[in-house]
Amino acid sequence: MNIIITITVTALVVLYAGLFKAKKALLPLTLLGLITSLVFVGTSWDQNTVSYNMMQMDNYALAFSGLIIIGTIFIFLLTQNYFAEHSENIAEYFTLILFALAGMIIMVSYQNMAMLFIGIEIMSVSLYILAGIRKSNFASNEASLKYFLMGAFSTGFLLFGITLVYGATGSFDLTHINEYLVGNYKIVSPLFYPGLILIMIGMCFKIGAAPFHFWTPDVYEGAPSLITAFMSTVVKTAGFAAFLRLFAGTFAPLHDFWLPPLMVIVCLTLLIGNVTALFQKNFKRMLAYSSISHAGYLLFSLITLSSRSASNVLVYAAAYTFASIIAFAALIVVKQKTGKDDFESFNGLGKKNPFLAFVLTVAMLSLSGIPLTAGFIGKYVMFLNVMGQYQIYLVAFAILNALVGFFYYFRVIAAMYFKEGSELSLTLPLQYKIVLVFSLVITVFLGVFPSVILNLI
Amino acid sequence: MGQLLIILLFLPLVSAVITAFSGRSAKYVALISGIASLAVALFAVVNFTADSSTQFVINYPWIATFGINFHAGIDGISMITVLLTNLLIPIIILASFKHQYKQESAFFALILAMQTGLLLVFTAMDAFLFYIGWEAALIPVYFICAIWGGKDRIKVNIKFFVYTVAGSLFMLLGIIYLYLQNPAHNFDIQALYNLSLDSQQQGWIFWSFFIAFAIKMPIFPFHTWQPDTYTEAPAAGTMLLSGIMLKMGIYGVIRWLLPIVPAGVQHWGETAIILSIIGIVYASLIAFKQRNAKRLVAYSSIAHVGLISAGIFALNTQGMQGAMVQMLSHGINVVGLFFVLDIISSRLKTNTIEELGGIAKVAPQLAIVFLIILLGTVALPGTNGFIGEFLLLMGVYQYGIWAAVIAGLTIIFGAVYMLRMYQGIMLGKTNDLTIGFTDIQGTEKITLYIICALVIILGVYPKPILHISEAAVQHLLEQVNQKLISVN
Repeated sequence: MNIIITITVTALVVLYAGLFKAKKALLPLTLLGLITSLVFVGTSWDQNTVSYNMMQMDNYALAFSGLIIIGTIFIFLLTQNYFAEHSENIAEYFTLILFALAGMIIMVSYQNMAMLFIGIEIMSVSLYILAGIRKSNFASNEASLKYFLMGAFSTGFLLFGITLVYGATGSFDLTHINEYLVGNYKIVSPLFYPGLILIMIGMCFKIGAAPFHFWTPDVYEGAPSLITAFMSTVVKTAGFAAFLRLFAGTFAPLHDFWLPPLMVIVCLTLLIGNVTALFQKNFKRMLAYSSISHAGYLLFSLITLSSRSASNVLVYAAAYTFASIIAFAALIVVKQKTGKDDFESFNGLGKKNPFLAFVLTVAMLSLSGIPLTAGFIGKYVMFLNVMGQYQIYLVAFAILNALVGFFYYFRVIAAMYFKEGSELSLTLPLQYKIVLVFSLVITVFLGVFPSVILNLI
Repeated sequence: MGQLLIILLFLPLVSAVITAFSGRSAKYVALISGIASLAVALFAVVNFTADSSTQFVINYPWIATFGINFHAGIDGISMITVLLTNLLIPIIILASFKHQYKQESAFFALILAMQTGLLLVFTAMDAFLFYIGWEAALIPVYFICAIWGGKDRIKVNIKFFVYTVAGSLFMLLGIIYLYLQNPAHNFDIQALYNLSLDSQQQGWIFWSFFIAFAIKMPIFPFHTWQPDTYTEAPAAGTMLLSGIMLKMGIYGVIRWLLPIVPAGVQHWGETAIILSIIGIVYASLIAFKQRNAKRLVAYSSIAHVGLISAGIFALNTQGMQGAMVQMLSHGINVVGLFFVLDIISSRLKTNTIEELGGIAKVAPQLAIVFLIILLGTVALPGTNGFIGEFLLLMGVYQYGIWAAVIAGLTIIFGAVYMLRMYQGIMLGKTNDLTIGFTDIQGTEKITLYIICALVIILGVYPKPILHISEAAVQHLLEQVNQKLISVN
């Protein structure tokens, strides 16, 4: 509870600071608030506090809260000079990101379906606005509108699903629902099944899994890069944590029922994400499609439910988050310099800025799953998990998709090192350096010593 | 003595970091590191007891959750490949001295980083560690070939990379399967040896490993990446790929494939031998037709590796011992050949045989060393190539006479196309292009003299090499046979 309070209070303080034109104080205040909430994550560890039967801060919730708070801190560090180009009202954007974060904390810790809905809404409404912050930009507006329409639509699915589940079980509470399923395993009300499927569809919309992914590329491309980074890393992680909390915990007794549709979703997501990413000429759009394919790998954790499912998602999400943050940071810097965000704008980066090129290379290696990076450990735990039930064909299918991934991730590396670019030198702002160094260290450290995170939850 | 292996494994990695930041003196740092590694390796050879045991063992828990240990050690089989790696790396570094590579420090750092990966592969006693080394060796060489290679390098290398990674990912699938079958839930090599899998499982595991190894070697029909990659790569890249990296595949077959799935090998071994022999004939025939000398040597490499692989799958001591010696000899010879071709192409900007000729007249020293290395490659008695190919053919002969007859063609074919290449490049009339050719000098001379000395010494006195691996090979074959009896 104290985590959410800290974040919300920070958001309000930042809003007031903006009112008094204290622009310089915005970032320090935000970071102070976020770091405080991170400390609360540490102190609440193993406490398992339940608040009014609405939220449960178990280690699962805390671990994911920690991850998304750290991710948000990195995103904030990348705001150096970023929003100032678009608008005067920086404080509002800071506040919106913080509110979105508060919503996500609820999404990872809800104990009641109503809280899930509220969490998603708090997050989404903030994001609809953030996607459209470039008011005079056509793409940004389009992204915002599309995101809003699709988001509202999917929330409808989710809400209807929740209603049906309530109708079947008479409760919003996760523990009650789970008890109902265990108790009435053979005679689950027929209302429950469509409810579950509708919730699944709603969640798949939110995490951008195929065939409910159509909004992702357009929104990711149109939204400002920093917001895209936020959406495709932190928001995605929170979405998965919410998805997993419901399906791996509460709905686990009906695993046999929802596994077949999930398998279809996983296969489609992997295939569509990877194959479409292969044909992109634009780096940002490639990242959007690759984020769809990563959603597919992440869903592997739901195929075989085990005590490790949660920590598998945590590892994968952490690997994916930090590598993507590097990729987006590089994208923002390069775009500011060249004005473009296609693969060609990365040409010759290895000479222009060897450090940035090296970090981005490690990020690409991690995203494609090369050993000694966090991404490999993530893929490894997912494959191991699914192999545990000897779903060998599925793993073989995933491996073929991973191979496709090499083509588009290595295209970036090829552009940076093997192609000649303009001779312009490229300097990194200090905060970017900090983010890049930390993300690099985390990516390599988790790749070499994954034990620190594997047994966290 | 475990510390020795730690030094051996991590000295190159540490040096790689130092090299990367040492600017202009990078090549000297790299060379010193290479020589130091060689010294450590030789020290290990001296302290090595030539029995079937695994020595210099290190074993630390690494990722305890999944039963992954940093478990490595050296037995007779590993010793040969460790020696090969540490011998060839300084030679390759020395051979790159004269090149004016851009961003030299990165180039030499990558070579050293690759050395650590290679040594991990050759010493790993944990399947997961083996896989890590397998990939860790690939990344640096990919960058070496793709940054400093010829004009088609990007396309060629992504093909090479995806090919290899495709193989290794399916191997990873096999490794995970073995892990799940292992009641102790770890990747320890001994535990995997002791698994009792039925013959159908063994068949699947065989293919998941075999394809990875076959792509690496490469065996027909998994070889299509190889000629292009060898031709487009910079000289050092070609030497690393053909001299050392290819041995990862051979070593993998001996260390992991044979003892873990002997029934799979028994069932599919014939297919593997047939593919190897097809590869020998096919690559030799194509080598005849090559106009580019570098491509010719690339195809000859496929033929030689085919013989090695046939010798291993024959599953007898001669074949296996032949493979051990031939791994070392082939590494030395092929590095020598590619270096000679690199000397020629860096002076004359061409490797096309028809455009060359008569170099022997203007460069007598090069002519002699080239000839010695060439004779080693075509397995003339008294050179290092002979003893290996002789043993390999003996092994294949025991397996089947017809296999040996066809595989024996490799020696005849090899002699023909190699000598024709020599004739075309070195003999005949000196033309306008080759008239200004300067003879080898400085580091080139040192490098080639060392290689020639190795060709002759190993040819005349191969016993120490045979002795190192003999007990380990015997032990391995006994293990395989015992397991076969218990399965059948």
